[in-house]
Amino acid sequence: MSNDPIVRNALSIGVATAVYAVSFGVLSVAAGFSVAQTCVMSLVCFTGASQLTFASVIGAGGGVAGALPPALLLAGRNTLYALSLKGVVSGTVPKRALRAQVVVDETAAMAHAQPTLEAKRRAFDLTAVCLFTAWNVGTLAGAVAGRGLGNPRDFGLDAVFPAVFLALLAPQLRGPDAMRAALVGAIIALALVPIAPAGVPIIAASLAAVPVLLAAGRRRASVSVGQTPEVGR
Amino acid sequence: MSWWPVLALCASAYALKVVGLVVGERLDRETSERWSLEIVVVPLLAALIVIQTFTGGQRFVLDARTPALLVAAVLVWRKAPFAIVALAAATTAALLRLVA
Repeated sequence: MSNDPIVRNALSIGVATAVYAVSFGVLSVAAGFSVAQTCVMSLVCFTGASQLTFASVIGAGGGVAGALPPALLLAGRNTLYALSLKGVVSGTVPKRALRAQVVVDETAAMAHAQPTLEAKRRAFDLTAVCLFTAWNVGTLAGAVAGRGLGNPRDFGLDAVFPAVFLALLAPQLRGPDAMRAALVGAIIALALVPIAPAGVPIIAASLAAVPVLLAAGRRRASVSVGQTPEVGR
Repeated sequence: MSWWPVLALCASAYALKVVGLVVGERLDRETSERWSLEIVVVPLLAALIVIQTFTGGQRFVLDARTPALLVAAVLVWRKAPFAIVALAAATTAALLRLVA
């Protein structure tokens, strides 16, 4: 194993993701998708929660009209991650177009857990490679092998993701603003769970960042009005 | 199963990612310095953690995931390595389910 913590962390995320990918593969084929369709979904959609929801609604007879809206609500948070990743997702247009594909929970969390822009970029790319490989190899294995591989819950793997996201959130909780945003975000999400469709509570939680952003904007405005004309552009 | 639902999901999932990047770059150009949009990730991750731990569908659930998250929280606080945090959470949940 590598001594580089970013590589090690990216590999750990990959291992846990692979197991979930296997269960997606199983579920998708059981829902009536072919092996090819299942693999294309993982390669091209590459957004785990949406794919799982899409396949399970269709498997339960919900039809495409019933399956697409909840899947897209779950994918909607990737828009917010992408918004936060400006500077991290860099390079030429084709490179950015490729990196856009891998903007998901894990890559955004790993990037933002790093202290410098350079480390953020590295963490984003390395996590993306591990995650993309694990998700697609796992999907293929599940789609081909089918049932009989056991339930990820039995291995406690459903508990791994919140633990991993907590480990990645912790370094970002610098200062009272971030703590407050995290707390309010968690409260908004939990309050909406019983009444809003899946996906909405997490997107709505991002509203907790608005007061912090507004305060930062005001601070910056008053500084540039006050003095220091050399920082104005 | 026809291909169009697969393609519809793929196209819209990618579009959602690209929209965020394009809007982020526009905002960057219009505002001076860093508008610290990174902060958006903090409430999103906090929400993801509580939803993945305390809910199942639209219901609140207290199960083996809760003690697993507590164990993880202590380890994160003690600055344990990432793989240990993940492994400890999985082991806690798996053992509790085995016993139950």
